[in-house]
Amino acid sequence: MDSFRDKLIPVTSILAGVVVLWYVFAVILNAPFQRDLDRRANETPALSEFIGKTLSQPKPTLPAPHQVAVNFFENTFLRPINSNRSLVYNAWVTLSSTLLGFAFGTALGIIIAVGIVHVATLDRSLMPWIIASQTIPILAVAPMIIVVLAAIGITGLIPKAMISTYLSFFPVTVGMVKGLRSPEIMHLDLMHTYNASGAQTFWKLRVPASVPFLFTSMKVAVAASLVGAIVGELPTGAVAGIGAKLLAGAYYSQSIDIWSALVAGSVVAALLVMVVGIAGRIVDRAMGGRPA
Amino acid sequence: MTGTSPAVVAASRLGLTFQTNDGPVQALSNVDLTIGKGEFVSFIGPSGCGKTTLLRVIADLEKPTSGTISVNGMTPEQAREKRAYGYVFQAAALFPWRTIERNVGLPLEIMGLSKAEQAERIKRTLDLVNLSGFEKKYPWQLSGGMQQRASIARALAFDADLLLMDEPFGALDEIVRDHLNEQLLELWGRTNKTICFVTHSIPEAVYLSTRIVVMSPRPGRVSDIIESTLPKERPLDIRETPEFLAIAARVRDGLRAGHSYDD
Repeated sequence: MDSFRDKLIPVTSILAGVVVLWYVFAVILNAPFQRDLDRRANETPALSEFIGKTLSQPKPTLPAPHQVAVNFFENTFLRPINSNRSLVYNAWVTLSSTLLGFAFGTALGIIIAVGIVHVATLDRSLMPWIIASQTIPILAVAPMIIVVLAAIGITGLIPKAMISTYLSFFPVTVGMVKGLRSPEIMHLDLMHTYNASGAQTFWKLRVPASVPFLFTSMKVAVAASLVGAIVGELPTGAVAGIGAKLLAGAYYSQSIDIWSALVAGSVVAALLVMVVGIAGRIVDRAMGGRPA
Repeated sequence: MTGTSPAVVAASRLGLTFQTNDGPVQALSNVDLTIGKGEFVSFIGPSGCGKTTLLRVIADLEKPTSGTISVNGMTPEQAREKRAYGYVFQAAALFPWRTIERNVGLPLEIMGLSKAEQAERIKRTLDLVNLSGFEKKYPWQLSGGMQQRASIARALAFDADLLLMDEPFGALDEIVRDHLNEQLLELWGRTNKTICFVTHSIPEAVYLSTRIVVMSPRPGRVSDIIESTLPKERPLDIRETPEFLAIAARVRDGLRAGHSYDD
């Protein structure tokens, strides 16, 4: 309980600071347009009225927090879930390709890591390419993946999931290579004295030793997966998904929609990371982990 | 030396040179040693004298670069493949994700024993090291001494006739160490295993051993071998007797002689 309070107070005070700053900047950034409107309407509002107007524009440069909150609430809870405007629906579209890509990425990452740890040539030949793959801007690669896959008749969920896979396999590979190599020399010597086979050493020592590394890297990977899914929705002309909402908002200058889609994306990311974290803790407990 | 019974370990002109960045290091040089069945042999010497390296050569964890060595009449590699020895490391080296019984059962799983046989051996060896009742505990729930006892149980579960122990009690405090020394002697008396025991403690070596191999560094070599005249029954207070102190003094002299050119 104390640790909860120790965390809650600093986090909420930072949040309050951000909200105050946000309001200040909303007023400053929306003021020029509001002044323009007032001049054309020949109005000279008092300062408090002017500030009120800057915070309630329909298409503000920077929407005020309460505008985003209202929009988020309406689009999350007040719309039917199958509506195209529902954030739940759009979040679900993005989430499904995130999860598919994350599953692929984790599996791929583990397979590559096992290869790298067990085959010396792969270690030398593959690792530089894997690192290079992450230096390529995903925004440049994403449209090509979509176009190439569409040319061979693959559209819809899979191309988006591939982009998630592309982003999420990397942290898993790096984490698992480290994890599979984490057993102490003494443990490896011990297995050697038992004349254990390579497979026995792998399953009884390397795999269990790598589990904490797996979950740490999966936390990073799941967040990267979500970014991949959103980026994947931008060039596809997707009609639904958080990425599609962001793009549509940008086309029609619906800044409030953009921001609430952004909030929805953050909520999904936070939930995903939390779920992976909880799963990690459950597995750790099942493996005799010392309670923190 | 027991003479008539076949040697468990026989080394002749054994040498091992490590290639390091600073040039070759002679970890072992010209080691001649025969260990008979049922002996308790301690290896003692300052760090760098090759005592752990020698144990690792017997266990096939290092390959000698010259000379010959046999374990149970085979090469160390063949002996390891036949699971001829149990090895106890400086640290308990238990797998943190396994309970005590599953840690002790690890070598048995690898050997492919039946579940019933595993359970029977786990129970027997945990009894032997007085850890009954801790089967379901995880290593972190046990004290350092208990963890080391669990690791001895794991080495015993093998049921090999040779036990190689590399400073198993080095990290424990004096009181726990005395207690474990007593238990180890009792265990040795009951099981009639051959034990090779690396230590840097003179009283520990003298208290436990039938023979003490004194080693000295640069190059790592055997500088003296001392036969113990103590009886097989050894209560802890045997360490106050003149006989005990005389042997300890010989060991100390041996260590000093090996060191004389140093500094």
